[in-house]
Amino acid sequence: MTGPAQGGHVLAVEALSARYGHVEALRAVDLVVNEGDFVAVLGPNGAGKSTLMRAVMGLVATDGRVSLRGNAVPRRDPVAAAAMGLVLVPEGRGIFAPMSVAENLELGAFLLKRDKPEFARRHERVLSLFPRLKERLDQVAGSLSGGEQQMLAVGRALMADPKLLLLDEPSLGLAPRIIEEILGTLAALNRGGLPIVLVEQKAPLALKLANRGYVMSLGRIAAEIDPRTVTSHDELARYYLG
Amino acid sequence: MNWLATIWAEARRGPALAALWVLAAALVAYVFVTGSYLIAVLHFAAIYVVFVTGLNIFMGFAGQVSFGHNAFAAISGYTSAVLTANYGWPPLPAAALGIAGALICALVVGYPTLRLRGHYLAMATLAFGLIAYEVAVQWQSVTQGYMGISGIPPFGIGALTVASDRAILLWLMAVAALGMLAAAAIRHSRLGRAFVAIAGSEDAARALGIDVARYKLAAFLISAFYAALAGSLFVHAVGFVSPEVFGLHMVVLAFTMLYVGGIGTITGAGLGALAVALLPEAVRRFSEYQDLAYGALLIVILIYAPGGLAALSRIGRTKSAEPGA
Repeated sequence: MTGPAQGGHVLAVEALSARYGHVEALRAVDLVVNEGDFVAVLGPNGAGKSTLMRAVMGLVATDGRVSLRGNAVPRRDPVAAAAMGLVLVPEGRGIFAPMSVAENLELGAFLLKRDKPEFARRHERVLSLFPRLKERLDQVAGSLSGGEQQMLAVGRALMADPKLLLLDEPSLGLAPRIIEEILGTLAALNRGGLPIVLVEQKAPLALKLANRGYVMSLGRIAAEIDPRTVTSHDELARYYLG
Repeated sequence: MNWLATIWAEARRGPALAALWVLAAALVAYVFVTGSYLIAVLHFAAIYVVFVTGLNIFMGFAGQVSFGHNAFAAISGYTSAVLTANYGWPPLPAAALGIAGALICALVVGYPTLRLRGHYLAMATLAFGLIAYEVAVQWQSVTQGYMGISGIPPFGIGALTVASDRAILLWLMAVAALGMLAAAAIRHSRLGRAFVAIAGSEDAARALGIDVARYKLAAFLISAFYAALAGSLFVHAVGFVSPEVFGLHMVVLAFTMLYVGGIGTITGAGLGALAVALLPEAVRRFSEYQDLAYGALLIVILIYAPGGLAALSRIGRTKSAEPGA
């Protein structure tokens, strides 16, 4: 928490750029997450939202700076980023289908190594948040329904005891009722003090939960919005249409 | 005792698989008692159980590809053969040195090549295997080329040697069983979960804090250890070694065993090695058509059990977890 630029921010992203070959996927993105924030990152398909999440995590090569509570997050080193407490629930969930639910959860706490009491504490917490996972601990993760797989993906992320949780389109391909259940859990986690960044194409969903929002378009932050004041969707549609 | 649970879970998953195991055990017992000519086939099968179980850790668990593990068997097998037959070393230290040498080679080869992905890694390992074969052929002053090395003593400590066919069968079966138990233990450790996570998605694994390059190398070294162990077991059981023993044929055979048995499962590697070693015996009566019959049988197995013999267990069961998968 040193330096005026990062003072008090949980996450500070400064001038982050990334490219795939000749395509600029991120162009000098600036973004901050403050204590207790639930930040929504909105934008149309291809706006660079997923790339932003992967770039913060260090999964893609970037220019620019990312810091977590004032400490620089090393670039292109996701293992170090994970060790600092950045946890990403990737697009498409990224669960390990041939492994059991229990093993997927154990992998979430991979960096915990052999601290058994702490593992048990996290395990119990995740199972109380997602009781359905408890019934399915011995099942192969690939045999779960889409909603259960997403719960597992979030549960696995929580096993890492994140300082900041990044979620990339957790609603993708899920029934509205399930989406509501999962987003409700995220809101509860956030009220408990966990800062969250949620990437969503379905803006109304995300804006209901978020206290701050960014709209991305063509790899840039097109606008920073206050969800409470966005009353008409015409305002958002403007960014989606470029 | 996680690994015991694994073996038990794999065994009880289906009567078909359990029946196969009972059949395999009965066959080994029958051959042991009667001393049938099949005993040499079972020696061969047990050695391949070790080799394939190791390859399964690299290919089945960690999802990588290697066409070059025959090289590790060759390095340790030839080290064992040369030191015991030509320099009078006792077998155990000779095998230990051979395995250590193979592991050093695995480290030197694996460190740069494991940064390669997919078919680049496969090509690099293929080249390594071919080079090892060529060295065995060309370095005549040490390996005696195609002539090979004979008079390799059997395993043993001092006067206690594993020399009779029956003793060798027991010894090899014990090592193969230990190898499978160790693989089951690895699969259910933090290390094994990291391997399977890498096979699933390298990015997802990294984001969980798994150092992908390091764990790939670990899987490579463990599987190289199994391959090297199989190489030394072979030369001391058979008493003879030539380049053909550790040629490309070894790789083709091991791949067949891995897929027939069921890649990624622990019991599959064992059953596959046993089944593929015994198939030629089963089709022998077709005399000149035996290669055809052998090929046809393999195709039938892969059509009706595309997940390998281990997948037979899925018959009659649905959503339960697959501890070995």
